[in-house]
Amino acid sequence: MTAYVRPADLAEATRVLADHPAWMILAGGTDLMVHAQHQPVPVGILDLWRLPGLGGIDARQRDDRSWLRLGAGTTWREVIADARVQHALPNLVAAAREIGALQIQARGTIGGNLGTSSPVGDSLPVWLALGAEIELRSVHGTRTVPYADYCTGYRKTARGVEELITAVWAPVPATGTRLHWRKVGTRKAQSISKVMAAAALALDGDTITAARIGLGAVADRPIRATAIEAALVGRRLGDDAIAAARAALAIAPITDVRSTAAYRHDVAANLIARFVAA
Amino acid sequence: MDSGTASASRRVTSEAVGTSLPRVDGIAKVTGRARYLDDLDAVGAWHGVTVRSTIPHGILDGLDRDPAFDWTDIVVVTAADIPGQNVITLIELDQPALVPVGGTIRHVDEAIALVAAPTRARAFAAARAITARVTPLVPVLSIEDALTGPIQLHGADNVFKRFAIRKGHATDGEIEAALAASAHVIDSVYRTSPQEQMYIEPQAMMAEWREGACHVTGSMQCPYYVHKAMKPLLDLHAEDVIISQTVTGGGFGGKEEYPSMIAAHAALLAKVAQRPVKIVYDRDEDIAATTKRHPALIRHRLGLDALGNPTVIDVDVVMDGGAYATLSAVVLSRGVLHAAGPYKCPVVRIVGRVVATNHPPHGAFRGFGAPQTTFAYERQIEKAARLMGADPLAYRRRHALRAGDTTATSQVLGYSVATDEVLDAIEQCAGTPPVRDGVNASGAPVKRGRGVCFYFHGAGFTGSGEQRLAGRATVALAAGGRFEVRASSTDIGQGAITIFTQLAADGLGVDASRIDVIDPNTARVPDSGPTVASRTCMVVGGLVEAGAKLIAARIRAWAESVGRAGSIEDLADDAFGALGPIAETTQYTPPPGIAWDDATYTGAAYPVFGWAACLVDVAVDLDTYEVAIERCVQAVDVGKAINPAIVKGQIEGGTLQALGWAVLENVVYKNGKVANATMTNCIVPTFADAPELETIIVEVPYPFGPHGAKGVGEIPMDGPAAAVANAVALALGVEFDELPISPEVVAQRLGGQS
Ligand SMILES: Cc1cc2nc3c(=O)[nH]c(=O)nc-3n(C[C@H](O)[C@H](O)[C@H](O)COP(=O)(O)OP(=O)(O)OC[C@H]3O[C@@H](n4cnc5c(N)ncnc54)[C@H](O)[C@@H]3O)c2cc1C
Repeated sequence: MTAYVRPADLAEATRVLADHPAWMILAGGTDLMVHAQHQPVPVGILDLWRLPGLGGIDARQRDDRSWLRLGAGTTWREVIADARVQHALPNLVAAAREIGALQIQARGTIGGNLGTSSPVGDSLPVWLALGAEIELRSVHGTRTVPYADYCTGYRKTARGVEELITAVWAPVPATGTRLHWRKVGTRKAQSISKVMAAAALALDGDTITAARIGLGAVADRPIRATAIEAALVGRRLGDDAIAAARAALAIAPITDVRSTAAYRHDVAANLIARFVAA
Repeated sequence: MDSGTASASRRVTSEAVGTSLPRVDGIAKVTGRARYLDDLDAVGAWHGVTVRSTIPHGILDGLDRDPAFDWTDIVVVTAADIPGQNVITLIELDQPALVPVGGTIRHVDEAIALVAAPTRARAFAAARAITARVTPLVPVLSIEDALTGPIQLHGADNVFKRFAIRKGHATDGEIEAALAASAHVIDSVYRTSPQEQMYIEPQAMMAEWREGACHVTGSMQCPYYVHKAMKPLLDLHAEDVIISQTVTGGGFGGKEEYPSMIAAHAALLAKVAQRPVKIVYDRDEDIAATTKRHPALIRHRLGLDALGNPTVIDVDVVMDGGAYATLSAVVLSRGVLHAAGPYKCPVVRIVGRVVATNHPPHGAFRGFGAPQTTFAYERQIEKAARLMGADPLAYRRRHALRAGDTTATSQVLGYSVATDEVLDAIEQCAGTPPVRDGVNASGAPVKRGRGVCFYFHGAGFTGSGEQRLAGRATVALAAGGRFEVRASSTDIGQGAITIFTQLAADGLGVDASRIDVIDPNTARVPDSGPTVASRTCMVVGGLVEAGAKLIAARIRAWAESVGRAGSIEDLADDAFGALGPIAETTQYTPPPGIAWDDATYTGAAYPVFGWAACLVDVAVDLDTYEVAIERCVQAVDVGKAINPAIVKGQIEGGTLQALGWAVLENVVYKNGKVANATMTNCIVPTFADAPELETIIVEVPYPFGPHGAKGVGEIPMDGPAAAVANAVALALGVEFDELPISPEVVAQRLGGQS
């Protein structure tokens, strides 16, 4: 028989996980349920759905910066509906709108997308572009790691077996920052991404002063296009920036049942070019 | 069963036909009360799971059971347990129910053994604990390999079936001479992809043996196909095989022939397990193992004179039949019969072949071979129009068939030709075509284009098929002033029950609420033929209407004899008391003057055709190479819309399935295995992918159909893919002769932007 615990609070959740690090951590279940029938039956289930303390979106000050702290239990519908997120992180809202469709958005969570950390997880390039940090918590304490250090390989993360993902900290972009998102999926809804790109561009007039670009579905994990980011600094939006971005694109995507390497490469270039168009 | 409208106060007149009577089965379905096979539980039923091959071609040397597995509550069935012949009876007797040890595996995911257990999880575990020992053989995995490679899967040339149509009995030499004499020849090769039906309810069947008789119930289109297949397999007399249909969540052809396979498996397991056994396919298993639309390779040569008039049409159609013959011969037949299109042309040669490969068998799917050849001819006509600098609709109008013209099989079209009506309908609502260059909502540059197509679809069975089949249906007087309709035609979501209700109501002159359409069960309904070929309303509906009129006449005769007056509704209850459960069974007779010659493939290929035209506006995103369908108008001639809402639903559904086939659906084979056997990767359009579909119902009556009705189920599937390709070709200035026109293909054809 599978053990099942629905903890009352975060403290209990971390205690249960410390005692049973092999248990299945269940949030919305939208990733876990897909192949449940063909997976070994879990020894135990730690059910985080609607766990008090795991939800909620708050404005916070930290390290002299403004952040939005999004609880790991926040669903995509809640992200979409939140006025502060809409205002500060419109590219996150855009990504959330394209995750599955209404039913999945009502159930799927921020933490679940990070827990799976699939190369096609739609929120992940956005966290890269925003420079977000992942908050992890266990009975031993709380730490935050930048997303770039959090995902360490194909569906591999820096999360320790006793750690829960408790939140994402997203720095509120300075006013005037251009934020972008575009997903290219197999179809318009309920689709797995073939290519996706997110960007945050800091501007002085129409000159790019800093750029952060996250790409998904073009490598074994969500990646930052660091060469393009560097090449864009000092460029003017438009042909200048487009040429620099195209020249600096260095990705080696794969061909699989959903798309081809050539397509992914071309489209990633086109999406970034569109972001830096005048 | 829920009645559509049971209001007793409703005025009683013959007025059900032509109204959008709410679906008789609708409320149960939308409230979740309808019980699909998986919702049914027989006492003590076990779950069956199929053990499948993992190689496309080879010898099955043995089946090993894991000795470490606990086999105590597991039933295992192999070919050795089959009481009769190990064959799924269809057109040919080549497909086994289970590959026997020592026999040949002909495709990946072929059934090699069966297990049943008290729970589904146990059954899955048991299936995993059986391994096949095999000697692999080199597989044939493409049409080209089948035609030219060294491996022989079927006969000497791997051809399951071939057809040839020669209009004017043209010899090969005359065809070549006509092409040589043409001012222009448009010579192109087209490829279409396999397509998954993706019915909402996966395949499901349950079997149970009672007193030596085998009862099979499940999700299916054709109870009598299953009945026919079970007799030799189980070595039973006809009356000891009872097949019934449960509420069926879509079929699209996918539940035409394949259910016989699952019925066989469930029946065998139930026999050995001595208890009911239920088999419900997983979605992934369903996509991987069951039939798909035939991929096709078509070379089409169209000769034109200097004025652009077609002078010769020469088509070579090759379809990939997969590992077994299944229905391929009939699919190919319909494909070649449509391959010249609804156009005037004096000289025509159409050659068709369907070949054996080691793919899972391809089979029935809405359109049944016609979508493949329609794609080719409507691309050709488009190219001809462009070559001549003609307006695409005007060109089609000029060369289209009219009443009095002859088709490729030399059938003289006598009546119900709706060419001008459907072309007028499209033209009237066309409006201005989109401007070619633009920008879409995401800021990407787009190229826009408009494409049209014009096409026809033969209604009912091909050639002498309906005559051979001699479908029968019964209308009977029942107690309580009610009437029964009995037919083996199934409601698979397309509205058959409702249409029969309307036709019976009007034939009798009673309110629709008085009609009960009996659930198809071979012990209780006559064989009205399979639920295929857009024939249910036109052919079986006609029988229902005729039977209804006969019953009404008998009631009236009785009333007269006893001096009673009143409506049939008023008389029915007393008539039942006096006459008992009188029933009238009518049988199909072909319309006069219909003759078909199977030997030469000439004559009336179909008693009547439906006609359609389609207009599509596309926008191709130059950042992502996605083809967005911004507008789609279909004008479809159905003879008479017995129920306009249902007809509209059929047209919209078929259209979306066709648009999906055009731009995003595909079944990807890798070494003979379906590589995208999940709903995630074997994608079909969602509502977000669908444009607002504009549907125009055109009614040019068929004199021999009920109230003028002809087929509607399949025709909307045939044309839109060509219209999309025509639009994309115009938008981008690049020809697209293969389906799907996926973003990857568009990107490749445009040579990338980077
Ligand atoms: C039909 C469908 C469509 C989908 N479409 C998309 C899409 O378009 N884009 C996309 O990105 N995803 C999509 N998904 C995947 C999924 O919905 C998302 O990844 C979602 O965010 C997962 O959240 P969840 O809460 O349901 O995760 P769950 O399934 O509950 O968990 C997922 C994983 O994360 C772990 N986990 C969950 N919460 C925590 C936590 N707090 N701490 C540690 N580990 C945790 C779980 O143990 C598990 O390994 C789709 C899924 C389905 C079924």
